[in-house]
Amino acid sequence: MLLADKFESLLRLGDNTLILAQRLSEWCGKGPVFEEDMALTNIALDLLGQARLWLTYAGEVESKGRDEDALAYLRDAHQFRNLLLVEQPNGDYALTMARQFYFDTWHHLLLQELLKSTDERIAAIAEQAVKEVTYHLRRSSDLVTRLGAGTEESHRRMQTAVDELWPYTGEMFAPDAVDEALAAQGIICNPGQLHEPWLKHVAEVFRQATLTLPSGTWMQKGGKQGRHTEHLGYILTEMQFLQRAYPGAKW
Amino acid sequence: MSMYAQLVETGVNQLQSRAEMSAEERAFQERVDAGIKIEPKDWMPEDYRKTLIRQISQHAHSEIVGQLPEGNWITRAPTLKRKTILLSKVQDEAGHGLYLYGAAETLGVTRDQLYADLLSGKVKYSSIFNYPTLTWADIGAIGWLVDGAAIMNQIPLCRCSYGPYSRAMIRICKEEAFHMRQGYDIMIALCRDGTPEQKALAQDALNRWWWPSLMMFGPPDAESVHSAQSAQWKIKLFSNDELRQKFIDQTIPQAEYLGIRVPDPELKWNEESGHYDFGKIDWDEFWNVVKGNGPCNRERLRARVQAWEDGAWFREALVAHAEKQSQREAEATKAA
Amino acid sequence: MFIRSQHGLAHKHVGSLHAPDAEMAINNARDVYTRRNEGVSIWVVKASDIVASSPGDKAPLFEPANSKVYRHPTFFPMPKEVKNM
Repeated sequence: MLLADKFESLLRLGDNTLILAQRLSEWCGKGPVFEEDMALTNIALDLLGQARLWLTYAGEVESKGRDEDALAYLRDAHQFRNLLLVEQPNGDYALTMARQFYFDTWHHLLLQELLKSTDERIAAIAEQAVKEVTYHLRRSSDLVTRLGAGTEESHRRMQTAVDELWPYTGEMFAPDAVDEALAAQGIICNPGQLHEPWLKHVAEVFRQATLTLPSGTWMQKGGKQGRHTEHLGYILTEMQFLQRAYPGAKW
Repeated sequence: MSMYAQLVETGVNQLQSRAEMSAEERAFQERVDAGIKIEPKDWMPEDYRKTLIRQISQHAHSEIVGQLPEGNWITRAPTLKRKTILLSKVQDEAGHGLYLYGAAETLGVTRDQLYADLLSGKVKYSSIFNYPTLTWADIGAIGWLVDGAAIMNQIPLCRCSYGPYSRAMIRICKEEAFHMRQGYDIMIALCRDGTPEQKALAQDALNRWWWPSLMMFGPPDAESVHSAQSAQWKIKLFSNDELRQKFIDQTIPQAEYLGIRVPDPELKWNEESGHYDFGKIDWDEFWNVVKGNGPCNRERLRARVQAWEDGAWFREALVAHAEKQSQREAEATKAA
Repeated sequence: MFIRSQHGLAHKHVGSLHAPDAEMAINNARDVYTRRNEGVSIWVVKASDIVASSPGDKAPLFEPANSKVYRHPTFFPMPKEVKNM
């Protein structure tokens, strides 16, 4: 039972980073300025690297012979466990930054907790990842501030973006039975405890960015349990195309 | 001029003899001949400066536009490892464009001006990027052939006469070392370790990329009017035909190892010359692609224009924010 | 952009880039110039703040050092028998 829960939880970690990396890599070659193009690609590369570590470990825990690619390329949408937030389309650069900022703030807090995991492998992956994500957070916090407090247009775009994605933030903090079982063993933390520090950082950045903190309380949910938005199917269609068109081929 | 800068005007139709040169020009040429690097604040002939701006900016534009055909496959790469490699390769290209724009800026132009010339269609980029990437094997073929051809041209440019360009090229060559290998590694996976179906993808990619790769080296020497001047200035170190032949000689055994054939019935080893003889290149196609009639010219440029226009509000916001910030700091200093 | 590659070595000029202010310049330098583990420290300087010596000053600035050969250890021939000098 615990192994099944651990597998589930590792998929969540792996799928969050994989799907967000996939979204970010859609920007490659299309960024608003070359320096930004490179920075976003660096973040995508970091996340992709983390996804590979999480999914490889998930496959080992499951012990049915699935490696990172079998998990990434041969599952259907309902078997993915990522947050709804990370599958949302890139939109304009403000929307991409809002998504990144909400995610990074949470991700950074989460990884700091995972450093203390009783599972050594999880702690080790978190240790590598937290260094990368510290920089991601610094960058997205900085850009949200600059865009919020930039021009009238950038402020409007940034406010629209943070409002639009707000309903996808609640899911990050809502524990389910899997979370609770693993938290009881000290393998992961209870996501509920991340909410307060998350809100504190978001509110502080929004204050500097002259953005209004959204107040809506109705939150979308389901990603962690495999009930996704329509977007994920298209992401997978594109990502998995070659593996599906040439079953069993090696690349 | 060859490669990523295929057709660079020098503004000079005939080489000057030493006697015709002014004292400054002579001193300049002597430094170049002695292998001393020219640096931004040194005196240089106006045509040298303009030629370099054209050459470096064409090269930079090629890197930036070159992101698109491969970027096309990042989201569809067949394994997470291949995705990681491709993503970092395409990112390198943006970086290389950036290093080169930086080198061009030392000649008294701005990156925004240069980039505007690309977006308006005034300045060209390498014709190779106007061909489409249709299958995953194209990613292998590009790394193997296109990067292979590019490296052949870029390594000598590390020794070119202009300091900032030479230093940018050194950095680029160091970083690009893996680009060609990753392409060939994809081809090996398809041809030697893959299924017959995968090998057929590789053969098809070679069929489509072979001739355009040979065209990358630019028109035959006899038609390259500006080459002599560029050679004298040491911003072009080998002729188009020399490099093309070297590329063919190097590539054919690599194709043989893969077990696929280049689409040239006239290709044959010439014992006497010690080189491969090859068939006629369709220069009509080349000039048409250069002029804008390639399969993807419009799409490529449109994609870059779109990205630039979509990013305008972002760039304006960053400038506005920095200005507000420095104003605030100035006021704080005044108050204190 | 100046990057220090290893502890103990001086910062070295690596190239330039565009940024609206110093803080973003540091971030951008990290993303553009340290993708291969190159750096442990970054300096950024505005291009307009760099004052360069003029090529015409080369003789007065640098040639006087040519005649100070005694500043170099090779100036002092050592007998072969003497080690560790």
